[in-house]
Amino acid sequence: MLRSTRPKRAVVALIAVAGLALSACGTTDSGDGGDGEANGGGGGAACDLTLAFFGPQTGPAAGLGEPIINGAQLAIDQYNADAECEVAYEQIDSQGSPDQAPSLATEAAGNEAIIGIVGPAFSGESAAAGPIFAEAGLPTVSPSATNPALADNGWDTFHRALGNDATQGPAAAKYIQDVVGAKAVFVMDDASEYGAGLAGIVQEELGDLVVDTDTIQVGQTDFSASVTKVRSSDADTVFFGGYYAEAALIVRQLRSSGFEGNFVVADGVKDPGYLDGAGKAAEGTYITCPCIPADDPAVADFAAAYEEEFGGAPGTYAAEAYDAANVFLDGIAEGIDNREDMLAFVNDYDEAGVTKQLSFDETGEPSEVSVYAYKVENGEIVGDQEIE
Amino acid sequence: MNFDFLFNNFAELTVTGLAFGAIYALIALGYTMVYGVLQLINFAHSEVFMYGTFAALWTTMLLVGDTDVSTLRGIGVLLCSLVAAMAMSATIALLLERFAYRPLLKRNAPRLIALISAIGASFVLAELMGLRDRVAAWFGLDDNLSEYVSGARINRSMPSVLENKQLFPIGDYQVTSVDVLVIVSAIAMMVALDQFVRRSKMGRGIRATAQDPETAALMGVNATRAVQMTFLLGGLMAGAAAFLYMLKIETTKFDVGFLLGVKAFTAAVLGGIGNLRGALVGGLILGVAENWGSALFGSEWRDVVAFVLLVVILLFRPTGILGESLGKARA
Repeated sequence: MLRSTRPKRAVVALIAVAGLALSACGTTDSGDGGDGEANGGGGGAACDLTLAFFGPQTGPAAGLGEPIINGAQLAIDQYNADAECEVAYEQIDSQGSPDQAPSLATEAAGNEAIIGIVGPAFSGESAAAGPIFAEAGLPTVSPSATNPALADNGWDTFHRALGNDATQGPAAAKYIQDVVGAKAVFVMDDASEYGAGLAGIVQEELGDLVVDTDTIQVGQTDFSASVTKVRSSDADTVFFGGYYAEAALIVRQLRSSGFEGNFVVADGVKDPGYLDGAGKAAEGTYITCPCIPADDPAVADFAAAYEEEFGGAPGTYAAEAYDAANVFLDGIAEGIDNREDMLAFVNDYDEAGVTKQLSFDETGEPSEVSVYAYKVENGEIVGDQEIE
Repeated sequence: MNFDFLFNNFAELTVTGLAFGAIYALIALGYTMVYGVLQLINFAHSEVFMYGTFAALWTTMLLVGDTDVSTLRGIGVLLCSLVAAMAMSATIALLLERFAYRPLLKRNAPRLIALISAIGASFVLAELMGLRDRVAAWFGLDDNLSEYVSGARINRSMPSVLENKQLFPIGDYQVTSVDVLVIVSAIAMMVALDQFVRRSKMGRGIRATAQDPETAALMGVNATRAVQMTFLLGGLMAGAAAFLYMLKIETTKFDVGFLLGVKAFTAAVLGGIGNLRGALVGGLILGVAENWGSALFGSEWRDVVAFVLLVVILLFRPTGILGESLGKARA
């Protein structure tokens, strides 16, 4: 029965469609390119240098990358406005994926013009790219990676401009006890490195206040068994360690089952996607985050400049990215033009940034850490208070 | 193992499990019918369901917006989105039949080729939805449709149309209106489908084609029509499932079909693939077993419980619980 005279047309069409679909999702902009403008020497500042952002510019988590890209962009623009030699800005798009990070990191390490990295943005990609940056001696300052273990790898080049989950967990527990006033807490996590780690710390800190726990599966959409567990435990507060996609579904299903207690989550949920996903059920959610609120007086100038430049209030970790970029820019202003000196400069750095006094201990952790509480009010995530 | 918790909340876990199981069962019908007629597993059926959820989402967004609606209007909106979801899913199912299967079957391609074609079609359909913002941009519609196509790769939620009312207690659980609506309408759909396949002329044609396509053709059954009808019915049921899913979960995403598709396929095999009533039994058992398993061992064991159950049942009844094919269904 083989009578295929006009065979592969359908197959070719199918492949063509699939190819279009795939190529559309994989576009990678390499940003502004690597050549800085050489305006001749003079002055103390170094020339022909590039700062790079490393993190998601496209891909599923692109929303979290954008404020970071813009925050660093603002710092560089401000520096370039009255510098003799402009600093170039390259955006390395990892799509937030640990799989893509190593090859991109190798590429960045090979580009001698890059003197510092703002990033990597996420914990997973930081772990994958960290050894490569360490070997190349290319200093990094992450504005957003919070996994505590990252600092324990002995990478001299690793720094971060915010507190890790080991400081966020106790702060969240303290907030649940002192401000939310919980008497019975149900702790839930999503079994991810971030979520389970954070939930474990919160559970330990809260001790006897925890009445029951549950672990959900990422990708699941029906949480009725977990909802039953929460309700039968008579908890007045639920803490969830995980990301916003599951948090939105859980809070919806909790509320529609009649649960009226508090819902507390952490920085993985501080994203507009949570509000969109949870709708009215998001109202009253408490969110902890080691990120400074955009309406904090300390960042007022930054927020105003950001809004003027990008037409919106700074998103999560924009101010931290601004600080991270400024660490490097201060070094460039002092005339540093190689990675070795820059690394030494960053390690000894001790200046006031907009979010905090910036200095790093020998593992790269910031010496000063603040955690803030946010609350969802009228469909917006607004700053509540700093957790002391 | 937490037996106390299971027994104390037995009614609640069972009712919510049945509600989700009913959705599995409706999706499972699509797998089971196509398998019954063509001995082919239509792996793209999960996308048929996914497009239905988006049809329900968009219709509700279009008709409701951000405002609160009266109960009467709400019922009207829900009916519209049910019709939209069923129409969308049926259309996708028919397109699949026309472009991914019929050309292959006509040329007597091996079953394996049709299976690969199904997997390919599944990816294409899912990615088209996941890149809908860019697809809209090709046609210059991204500004007009931005509300509908934005956030293409993240969860999108629809406004709550009806309040989830507590109706009556079973044990110490207050059964809600959504639970009742989902279970009752799923079972009603399945009874209607079952009767259609058993009693109507078209249904007899489908069963005849399932039993023996060549003899059926000799007796005057239009085999192409019968296959088309099978896909259409499967699509309609997937659309209904999509609507009920949106009623219960209210959130969807371009890849939502994957996990639900796997579960529904499991339900179909559990009940006996090719058997309509088996899909119902399999779906309900799977939904309840998942909830009981989550209660006993913790929610992270949900899938483990479901699939261990599948393996155990297949060990003792290799053709599933009810285990007959569509063709042999008593008329």
